[in-house]
Amino acid sequence: MDDSEITPEKEMTEQTRTHAIDINALARKNDKEQGELDFCLKVKNLNLFYGDQQALFDINMEMAKKRVTAYIGPSGCGKSTLLRCINRMNDLVDIARINGQVFLEGNDVYDKSVNVADLRRKVGMVFQKPNPFPKTIYENVAYGLRIQGVKDRRVLDEAVEKSLRGAALWDEVKDRLDDNALGLSGGQQQRLVIARAIAIEPEVLLLDEPASALDPISTLKIEELINDLKEDYTIVIVTHNMQQAARVSDYTAFMYMGELIEFGETSELFTNPKKKQTEDYITGRYG
Amino acid sequence: MIKEWIKSGSPWIWLTASAVSACLILVFGLLLLIAFRGLGHFWPVDIVEFRYDEGQGETLIAGELVDSAIMTAAQAKDAGYKLAEDEDFLEQRLIKVGNRDLTGLDFRWVQARFIKGQGLPSELVTIERREWGNFYGRILELRENQNTIAKNGEAFEQSEQRLKRALKLHAHIEHIQKKDVGAINFALERLRLKQRRLELDGEWSEVIQHQFAKQRSQLDKDYAVLQEQMDSLNKQIRRDSILVQAAHGQTLEVGLYNIVRMIQPNAMSLTDKMLEYISKFIEFIWADPREANTEGGIFPAIFGTIMMVMLMSVIVTPFGVIAAVYLREYAPQGLVTRIIRISVNNLAGVPSIVYGVFGLGFFVYILGGNIDQLFYPEAAPAPVFGTPGLMWASFTLALLTLPVVIVSTEEGLSRIPKSIREGSLALGATKAETLWKTVLPMASPAMMTGLILAVARAAGEVAPLMLVGVVKLAPTLPLDGNFPFFHLDRKFMHLGFHIYDVGFQSPNVEAARPLVYATSLLLVIVIVALNIFAVRIRNQLREKYRALEN
Repeated sequence: MDDSEITPEKEMTEQTRTHAIDINALARKNDKEQGELDFCLKVKNLNLFYGDQQALFDINMEMAKKRVTAYIGPSGCGKSTLLRCINRMNDLVDIARINGQVFLEGNDVYDKSVNVADLRRKVGMVFQKPNPFPKTIYENVAYGLRIQGVKDRRVLDEAVEKSLRGAALWDEVKDRLDDNALGLSGGQQQRLVIARAIAIEPEVLLLDEPASALDPISTLKIEELINDLKEDYTIVIVTHNMQQAARVSDYTAFMYMGELIEFGETSELFTNPKKKQTEDYITGRYG
Repeated sequence: MIKEWIKSGSPWIWLTASAVSACLILVFGLLLLIAFRGLGHFWPVDIVEFRYDEGQGETLIAGELVDSAIMTAAQAKDAGYKLAEDEDFLEQRLIKVGNRDLTGLDFRWVQARFIKGQGLPSELVTIERREWGNFYGRILELRENQNTIAKNGEAFEQSEQRLKRALKLHAHIEHIQKKDVGAINFALERLRLKQRRLELDGEWSEVIQHQFAKQRSQLDKDYAVLQEQMDSLNKQIRRDSILVQAAHGQTLEVGLYNIVRMIQPNAMSLTDKMLEYISKFIEFIWADPREANTEGGIFPAIFGTIMMVMLMSVIVTPFGVIAAVYLREYAPQGLVTRIIRISVNNLAGVPSIVYGVFGLGFFVYILGGNIDQLFYPEAAPAPVFGTPGLMWASFTLALLTLPVVIVSTEEGLSRIPKSIREGSLALGATKAETLWKTVLPMASPAMMTGLILAVARAAGEVAPLMLVGVVKLAPTLPLDGNFPFFHLDRKFMHLGFHIYDVGFQSPNVEAARPLVYATSLLLVIVIVALNIFAVRIRNQLREKYRALEN
């Protein structure tokens, strides 16, 4: 334990009192107190309404740190909605109303004192369709850092290279960092978007059907990437593809009609489902 | 059969295709007519010499054949012409005879039946003068200080040489008058205003008084030097003159200082004529107008038009974009926003003269009047900004084109895919950062589209400008070498208004008509050029921010 790590801890109590919660500091604290296999995310009694329509019903679950959790379920079952609750993307939907809590490292992300932009720096997200900005590859990866005010070219260069390596894209693009990102293939674009997300070093990575718009080879690459990434990040992935969920995830949640039906270790859930609905779904009887 | 044909859908194709063809034909017809009439004006036309006899003896008439018209006998009789029984129609020709100072009219209708013969004598000259318009006739003598030094054939060649010298001297005088004397006058005026200001503030002390007197006497001295220089140049330029004879025999002495160009069109080869054509065309673009705008060039009007459009763009773009960003990104999308949006759209349909009236009432009188009271009390009672001028014209047109920019920017903003915004927000960017770094750059081609439409509309607008700053002849350009270089309070000339003024307000309508076409052509070219410029910028932006295709 060195000084630099103690200081934020000491300050924390003060900060909580003034409702300025430093999620980083909290995370570090939790790390030390509870060891590696901790629950990083916790969803508690979460209900979500789109206008009068209820989309999520009383969800309760805990997601382990540095593990991959997959959400599966038929279309419209609320898995993406649940995912978007974690980094508060649902705030963008005017008619969405939420009650319940989502804890990131012990702090409710829906607390009034939470700065949404800060939260989203902790919780990165990758979307279904690759959505690189119409800028150069370099600028795409550096975007999040520039937003944070990083101007030092050396720091940026390093971060860009590290992130692109992390997303297994460096070798393919290192000679054309100044080309427009839209010139990349779909699979490369999706990996670029992942690089962009990990460039700001989040704690959690939310992947919303990251491979659904890609060809099998690109999908394979993304899956390999997810395997590598879980060493550093807590990953939550939404997928339609049950084989994919079985391949990449440690834990799987099955959702149906806005409810969490079953949640458990992936091997357990796929081989020995406890609920009838789960079994029907994974054996392909509906979905 | 017909039923089947209708069912096949081809009538629909024919209908739509013919509508497009009609549009194309009309547009190209318009451009061709303007181009033909406008560009033809600069071609050096042969001078025809007619032997003409209306029954009172033969006379000679020389001039450019401009037009001809045919009337039936009945029409001619109604109009008061006497025709013989066997004549079925009356043919008339319009000849530009020039020599306004001798005959009073420079265009003349003659009846073809009285023309006894015609020829193209090579010694006939067209002399374009600074006063009294063109002269058509023969050169008899070249004189230096009233002494004859060349006659007839030689006289033309030698006077051509001497004309070059006279033109050079004239340009020199012009330069002194406009630039140097203009600068001194400007400095004197500023000095006067400064003095007035100090007097108003009660700081007009002995010391300052002395300083001012010194400055003023220095300027007066400078002016005296220039005056002397000009006097000597004026004397030099008046050295040579030519004695010319009109077709009907009257002679006249014309000083070379009074001549702009002199040609013998009947003796010119095709190459000579082309060179002459080019030089006249360049003069038209680069020179100041002369003779109540009916001769010379239209440079001030071109300059004024472009400058006003640029200023307008600078004003309208930020305003429109900011308003559109609020409407699309921040305002709650409810009934109020919808009403505002509809109102903005409808503003585009308000007649432009209404904007002119508003500009005069609000910008010029209220804003300008208050600016004058606050910042230019020394100029009173003469207004500075409280009178129509370039700045207010730009503001008025910016207001006029604001809806266009707002509408197209809004459209551009709404076309940015949600995924891009979410991508930026998910990286921890705030809404404002997302707007600045991603959304606005991506919407910039749409903003340029708005600006292109705005430029196209503003450059052709005349009605409101007549109220807020355009004049038929502006003595100075709004941009010159005198500090602060940009004079936004000045009045300016505009191609659109120039067309109206030359074509319909000029004392010499016949002479001005080709200029109307030529000016129209230039206005079209200026607008097209401004548009191409903007379109190129937009295409570059589009290439840069090519949105996600899939």
